[in-house]
Amino acid sequence: MSKKENLNQWFYETMLKIRLFEEKIIDVYARGLMPGLAHLYIGEEAVATGACATLEPSDYITSTHRGHGHCIAKGGDLNKMMAELFGKKTGYCRGKGGSMHIADTSIGILGANGVVGGGIPIATGAALSSKLRKSNQVTICFFGDAASNQGSFHESINFASVHKLPVIYVVENNQFGISVHQSRHQNIQDIADRAVAYGIEGKVIDGNDVLAVKDAVGQAVAKARSGEGPSIIECKTYRWRGHHEGDPNQGARYRDPKEIDDWKKKCPIARFEKYLKSEHGYTDETFKATRAKIQQLIEDAVEFARSSPEPDLEVALQDVYYEGGRN
Amino acid sequence: MAQMKLVEALNSALREEMERDERVFVLGEDVGLYGGIFGVTQGLYKQFGPERVIDTPISEAAIAGAAVGAAVTGMRPVAEIMFIDFITIAMDQLVNQAAKMCYMFGGNVSVPMVIRVPAGTGRSAAAQHSQSLEAWLMHIPGLKVVCPSTPYDAKGLLKSAIRDDNPVVFIENKITYNLSGEVPDEDYTIPIGKADIKREGQDVTLLATGNMVHYSLKAADELQQEGISCEVIDPRTLRPIDYETIINSVVKTSRLAIVQEACRTAGPGCEFAATVQERAFDYLDAPIIQIAGMDVPIPFNPKLEKTVVPSVEQIVREVKALF
Ligand SMILES: Cc1ncc(C[n+]2csc(CCOP(=O)(O)OP(=O)(O)O)c2C)c(N)n1
Repeated sequence: MSKKENLNQWFYETMLKIRLFEEKIIDVYARGLMPGLAHLYIGEEAVATGACATLEPSDYITSTHRGHGHCIAKGGDLNKMMAELFGKKTGYCRGKGGSMHIADTSIGILGANGVVGGGIPIATGAALSSKLRKSNQVTICFFGDAASNQGSFHESINFASVHKLPVIYVVENNQFGISVHQSRHQNIQDIADRAVAYGIEGKVIDGNDVLAVKDAVGQAVAKARSGEGPSIIECKTYRWRGHHEGDPNQGARYRDPKEIDDWKKKCPIARFEKYLKSEHGYTDETFKATRAKIQQLIEDAVEFARSSPEPDLEVALQDVYYEGGRN
Repeated sequence: MAQMKLVEALNSALREEMERDERVFVLGEDVGLYGGIFGVTQGLYKQFGPERVIDTPISEAAIAGAAVGAAVTGMRPVAEIMFIDFITIAMDQLVNQAAKMCYMFGGNVSVPMVIRVPAGTGRSAAAQHSQSLEAWLMHIPGLKVVCPSTPYDAKGLLKSAIRDDNPVVFIENKITYNLSGEVPDEDYTIPIGKADIKREGQDVTLLATGNMVHYSLKAADELQQEGISCEVIDPRTLRPIDYETIINSVVKTSRLAIVQEACRTAGPGCEFAATVQERAFDYLDAPIIQIAGMDVPIPFNPKLEKTVVPSVEQIVREVKALF
């Protein structure tokens, strides 16, 4: 379902795609089918979904190590994503990037990023480029609460502010940088407050409410497109899993299980289902049907990934320099 | 003697130095409550508290810089940068500040700090979490660069690094963390700048660091079966380099193969090869070879990852070709 035809259905399907894609990762990772690191986004689906709902295909995003949700919401191909996670030749990066480095510039995904804060200047540069090219594109820059302590955050936002660049800094405040709670990594509660220091607007919203995310980011996007410069939108949310799938006991070393349970009760998908039921006449049957449809897409993606060939060894030596593109 | 893993050897070095000297403290991302993502600082937070085992924000420039500032004012910080790849963010403080101060200020300032950095491949962590950037650091006068390969060396060298009055970058090969070995119960140090002969031999010298020491030792076993006797040397310190031990070995064996995970161009091997040929040219019976990582970023796929760094098989093959 496309955004333009039926936005509510798109919200629902997109959040479910992210959720079921990642629930599948839990399984394949545990079975050793996926090498490397898997940082899951479960619980935070409303942020990527609400934010990307406001974008055109030609607009840009920069993503993070926790990037599957951003990629799916921006229109990433599930087969190529899953194949990349498996390290296969048919993956987005020919098996050379993995979970932390998926990119698809044809739909404006300028890359997940293994370096915390690494995407923030890149988003700023993409916005600078749009301004110079007068292309009317905007960029959404996703990053976590802990990334807002990098110099790259402060330097970039100041830069963007001074040059009125069309970029929206979307903070996914899930309250932790690995094991360190926000209260132990910064002396503020709202990262959006930092906007004041750069003379731009900052807003705090409920990141588990897809409609609120869409509204706030949508306004910031409109502002950016009309030449009024950048904004910070801070989305309060929570990651249900450990920092990555290898994090012992899903992060129980530094988190109270009760806290995790409380946040599970605020599930962005369950919440949106409630809304669809009461405001748009959805029924459990429609949810079930949608879920089955999405689940099938995920199973297909796994089958595609599983049956795809490994990259030939010479692929390791290619692409150090650009050879004109491969797609 | 106790049998312990390299990660435990590092942990006990930190613990003992913190017990011995109140000026020693640890800072870095997730080093406290979590005990470090590779477990090197496990238990220290509990024993020494949050003032001496500091969980920092994700701010590598500030972590390195805070270590510099603390070091010049009487403390002995041991900072952890979670992966060597992120040392790039800390480079100004390390290269332009820490490494220069003693010299620039006429020898009046000491910067007794350690930056610990996990490095290397083997975990499918891809291009931004797998690099071997030691050559960047070796290039800087004023820094010392240490790179142990066994639990015994790791503990003794970390103690020396902490007691040193200069900035030391301490490179820990991730794959060696779980390697076990004997470590003395009593306090000991290993001098910085002293190589170790890990295996004696007659026919060829293999010079290797980190995990490549272990690959070279395996290759030496195989080569022995074919009648080639390898001497395996671990320089242990990459700046300053113990050329005496290396040259003496090459004078004896007449052949040198450098084995490194770092990519080849302008890597550590270039330094070794250049200096050895300058000082021992007349003793060499074959060109010095570098068995090095390929000049590519590290790929994610585990099979590709393996192909871009040296293997035991490759070492055996290339060393055999010297005869
Ligand atoms: C420059 C840098 N430092 C450290 C790391 C290791 N690391 C990966 S994710 C992470 C925590 C990031 O927290 P946050 O930005 O809040 O994002 P979240 O993981 O919560 O989504 C850390 C410390 C890294 N990848 N890059």
